[in-house]
Amino acid sequence: MNGNDAYISIRNVSKFFGTFQAIDDVSLDIAGGEFFSLLGASGSGKTTLLSMLAGFEPATQGDIFIDGQSMDSVPPNHRPVNTVFQNYAIFPHLNVRDNIAYGLRKAQLPRAKRYEMVDEMLELIKLPGYGTRKAHELSGGQRQRIALARALILRPKVLLLDEPLGALDKQLREQMQLELRLLQRKVGITFVFVTHDQEEALALSDRIAVMQGGRVLQVDTPAGLYESPNSRAVASFIGNMNFFPGKLRRNGTAGAVVETEGLGSLRLPQAPNGQPDGARVQVALRPEKFDLSVTKPDDRPSVEGRLANAAYMGERSHFYIAIDGREEPVAVSAQNRLRFGAPPGSEGKLWLSWSADAVVVLDAE
Amino acid sequence: MSAPTFLRRPNRVLSVYAILFLVALYFPILLIPLFSFNDSIYVRFPLEGFTTEWFGQLWDRQPVWDSLWASVKVGLPVSILSTTLGVLAARSITRDRVPGRSAVVTFIMLPLVIPTLIFGVALLALLSRLGVPLSLYTVAFGHLIVCLPFSVATLLPRFEGFDRSLEQASADLGENGWWTFWRVTFPLVMPGIVASLLLTFTISFDEFIMAFFLSGNETTLPIYLWTQLRFPQQFPSVLALASLLILFSLPLILIGMWISRLGLHENTTKGAKT
Amino acid sequence: MTQTSSIDPKVTSRPTRTSGRIARLLYRNEGLRGYLLMSPTLIILTVGVIIPFLILLVISFWTRAGVGFDTTPSLANYARVVNEPMFGILLGRSFWMSGIATVATIAICYPMAYFVAFHVHRNKMFWLILITLPFWISYLLRVFAWRVILGYEGVINSSLVWLGWIKAPLEFLLYSPTAVIITLTHAWAAFAILPLYVSLEKIDKSLLVAATDLGDGPVARFFRITLPLSMPGVIAASFLIFIPTTGDYITPALLGGPDGMMIGNLIQAQFGSINNWPMGATLSIILMLWIAAVALAFLYLTRLAQARIA
Repeated sequence: MNGNDAYISIRNVSKFFGTFQAIDDVSLDIAGGEFFSLLGASGSGKTTLLSMLAGFEPATQGDIFIDGQSMDSVPPNHRPVNTVFQNYAIFPHLNVRDNIAYGLRKAQLPRAKRYEMVDEMLELIKLPGYGTRKAHELSGGQRQRIALARALILRPKVLLLDEPLGALDKQLREQMQLELRLLQRKVGITFVFVTHDQEEALALSDRIAVMQGGRVLQVDTPAGLYESPNSRAVASFIGNMNFFPGKLRRNGTAGAVVETEGLGSLRLPQAPNGQPDGARVQVALRPEKFDLSVTKPDDRPSVEGRLANAAYMGERSHFYIAIDGREEPVAVSAQNRLRFGAPPGSEGKLWLSWSADAVVVLDAE
Repeated sequence: MSAPTFLRRPNRVLSVYAILFLVALYFPILLIPLFSFNDSIYVRFPLEGFTTEWFGQLWDRQPVWDSLWASVKVGLPVSILSTTLGVLAARSITRDRVPGRSAVVTFIMLPLVIPTLIFGVALLALLSRLGVPLSLYTVAFGHLIVCLPFSVATLLPRFEGFDRSLEQASADLGENGWWTFWRVTFPLVMPGIVASLLLTFTISFDEFIMAFFLSGNETTLPIYLWTQLRFPQQFPSVLALASLLILFSLPLILIGMWISRLGLHENTTKGAKT
Repeated sequence: MTQTSSIDPKVTSRPTRTSGRIARLLYRNEGLRGYLLMSPTLIILTVGVIIPFLILLVISFWTRAGVGFDTTPSLANYARVVNEPMFGILLGRSFWMSGIATVATIAICYPMAYFVAFHVHRNKMFWLILITLPFWISYLLRVFAWRVILGYEGVINSSLVWLGWIKAPLEFLLYSPTAVIITLTHAWAAFAILPLYVSLEKIDKSLLVAATDLGDGPVARFFRITLPLSMPGVIAASFLIFIPTTGDYITPALLGGPDGMMIGNLIQAQFGSINNWPMGATLSIILMLWIAAVALAFLYLTRLAQARIA
């Protein structure tokens, strides 16, 4: 996307708590109607960034624009955003209806109209008739929906969600992921979603910003992040990855070769930008990009190896293949397509192969 | 509670000790009402007989009514003011990242530990230097110093007990600080406020040292009681007055303590009940 | 949901009217916001505590001259406190008496706190209220109650005479250091329970299970685990009793007699009947310095205890 249709624009924002720098010069553009995720481990700064979007924390440096308006010194109650809190922050002294209608006070609607709107929202979140329930009578999933309804009833331009599924058990979480995505399509609001769960981020988002130590490491679509990570940190945070240190050899304008420890010489379809000839690089390959076979395949690059360990995971199995020139075995993931049958190469030697375009070249650390 | 059985096994010696402890704790206090109905001007066993004469004597005494009225005139504003200030202080202590917060808390809590006598004479010195005449106003000011730490100590757990994100949610839903306070904060800390009002009123009502140093012509009830102690023949009526004071304070304290602890654990709303 | 923004409170009320300077400053500066909220309390405490203490400090360097004061700064009062044995004796006696009362209170309250922490499983709140309730009854009345008990014709003496165990009332009961110590112990017991209880309640029960598992019996377990881990509570409770009792006025005034007088009574007398305010101010300052020294010592002890168990 280009900067012109950015709906939320974060410009060189930094945040200090005392001397501790929680956010380090972050710039991000988020388009209108986008489902955008901030993904990172705890302490990566993702929640702080969300707090600054909501207005709970002013930025120390830089500015945030929403719909072209500077949010500098605009308190939370005057921002066109609403938040679903991590613990939902359902007001314990109010019932469900008053919780959802909380933000409608200023609109000064007649009570009937207000209740009608609440009932509509309850319909939307599939909790009709829950209006008079007390806050403490609700389950975690119900609280989560009510927190959503309470924010959505105000028709914000942006909805901020702070790990809203974190408190739910696995099954409910998967169900709510689906519902959240459908809901976002339906209401067409920009969602900014904070999570530490990479699978959740991949499943839900249009785009994801991976954060670490207060910085944004990479912003991309889920597939872009997974298949073309720009750093070892991103590559290992999202999914599993095998890394092979190596040296870049440029030959002319067309191609390049990486001499790796373990996988031998890898021909790259196109030369990576930036690194000069002889640069130390690392090659990254996802476990599922490998194939195992008993005989050496002729149409793709391969090395010989030996099965060191195997773990049966149900839908898939993980194999750990020891190869020459490398201490750590290579992780390989394969789907268990056959119901019965021994894993390949359990007898001893086998061949590890991959397709040339699965290779990702990263800077050496 | 998940303590294993062998730790929970009842200990008979300790149970007996606990009963004795409670008896020793309450026995001296209960003697006051007991003797206030005794038909003798001497406080001694055996009891002579039942009488309400001493209470009747009090009823007819104008100074008792005057000092009662003075105590109320001091106690009500003191409890309201110290609770209001306590709410403001407790809010900022728990909600804002204030530099030097623990120093401020220690400062507010000082009157809880340092002998009131020192505060009394120091205030007396200040007032005399300023040429402020002693009156119920000066007593009230002294009581405010004594009551503030109790207000803050009662309210702090209330503010700590509910999640900061509830106030953030209110701001997020469009309410400014004022409305957030009245729609979210106030209802949630309400028990703490009621408890603080009751407890500080009782403290002011019963306080002696500050009133002793800072009273003018009008005196509060404890001071009146103190002056009557000099006259042996007044001893029974002092007992009657003391009984009334205990009888009056006890329900206030009980309700205050009960409310102040009520729901502190349920209301935290940390995480959902699943 | 359709975008009918006529009922969108956020949009209708969004004009940036809050961008007034003060609102802006307060939004950006949390510390300032906090201090603004606290300022009424802090101002009252400054006027009611700090300034009076400063004045007391100034007055302590004055001397009495007839009915007024000689405001030439001098150390005369401090010199008197050092040179005249009466002051030293009184100060020493105050510390000694409140020290004994403190030790007695802790010793009596510890088992009770232990009982509530470990052997009360239901209605803990009821027990705690029951124990702390007397503390809220007027201090004056609690002390007064002991006069009823210990008096020359009080409950104890009259009962003993009535039972025929003694012929004449025992005189040492009232107006003695013993009477003061007993009363102080009773009056502060309810206050000491809380820190003791809190520190005992905080002890992780699995540590006790572990100690038992490793072979300790109940007694060894108490001395090796429970008591050391509750030391912060013991120190806090000692501090909370020792400091206020040192400067107590009511108890020695009602029950102490000449032998049971404490420093508080002398300070009061300087401001009252003796009418030597500078001397009273000096004694107050000395008491404050003593309190500060004790506070530092307790702080050090707490750090030590916490460092050992953390």
